[in-house]
Amino acid sequence: MRDPFVLDTSYQGDLAIIHIGGFVDAHTARQFEQAIQQELAAGRHRLIVECGKLTYISSAGLGVFMGFVEEARDHGGDIKVCGLIPRVREVFDMLGFSSVFDIVEDVPAAARRYADAPRKEA
Amino acid sequence: MGIIERKFRLQVPSTTENLAMIREFAAHVGSQAGLDDGAISKLELAVDEACTNVIEHAYGSDVSKEVTVRAVFDEEVLQVIVEDTGLGFDPTAVPAEDLRTLVAERRTGGLGMQLMKSLMDEVHYEITPGQRNELRMIKRLRKPSAS
Repeated sequence: MRDPFVLDTSYQGDLAIIHIGGFVDAHTARQFEQAIQQELAAGRHRLIVECGKLTYISSAGLGVFMGFVEEARDHGGDIKVCGLIPRVREVFDMLGFSSVFDIVEDVPAAARRYADAPRKEA
Repeated sequence: MGIIERKFRLQVPSTTENLAMIREFAAHVGSQAGLDDGAISKLELAVDEACTNVIEHAYGSDVSKEVTVRAVFDEEVLQVIVEDTGLGFDPTAVPAEDLRTLVAERRTGGLGMQLMKSLMDEVHYEITPGQRNELRMIKRLRKPSAS
C-alpha cells in the first residue's frame, strides 16, 4: 500500500499546525476532521494544515477544509493550507479552492499571513 | 486487424477501507492502457469518487454489500464502470454547487461528481430498478482518426 496516512499536530504560539501526509480519502478523512474539530473545540482557531507529505486527496478530504473554515473565520482565525505538491495542488485548483482558501508555500509563509493580518476578535 | 480490447474487474466489500485497493486497481488499469502518471492520478481519483458514492450513499456503508469496478479499453477509449445493487443514488442528478456556497453552508460533501466530470471525458449513470446501477466513466485515449 502506498504512502500510509499520517497526521500530527504541533503548536507555535497560538497557531496549531496540523501536518497531514499520505492519502486522505473517505476512509482517513474522518481522522483529519477530528483533528480539526479538536483544535476548534479547544478554542484554537488559527490553523495551518501543512501538506508537504500529502500525496493524494479526494473530495472527502477537501470537504474537511470546506466544512470547518467558516467556523475558524467566525472566531477570527482561518484554515491556511501550505506545502501542496503540484499533483495535489492541481486537485485544489480544479475545484476553485485557491479563490476561497489561503494557500501558501510553507508554514513560515502561513505564519506570516497570520502575523500580518489584523487580529479580528470573535 | 482486430482492435485489441482488454478487460479488468475488481470486486470488493463495500467499505472505505478498500478505497486504497480500488485506487491501486485503477492505477494498474491506467498503466496498462498507456496513460502517463498525471492521467493515472486523475483516473485513480475519479474511480475513488465513484466508489465512495456507492459505499457511502448507495449502500449506506453496509459492509455486507460489494462494489464491482469493471474496466475495458481498446486503442481509443478507456471505460470504467462502477456497479452496485443499492439504492440507486444518481450522482449525476446532484446539481453542481458553487464552492463558496458549500463553504458558507459548512458542507463537507458535494464535490465528488464535479471532480469526476472534470477528471474524465464523459460520465453517465444508468439505473436498472431492483437489479443494478451503473456509473460509466469514459476517458478518450486518442482522438479517432479522421475518415
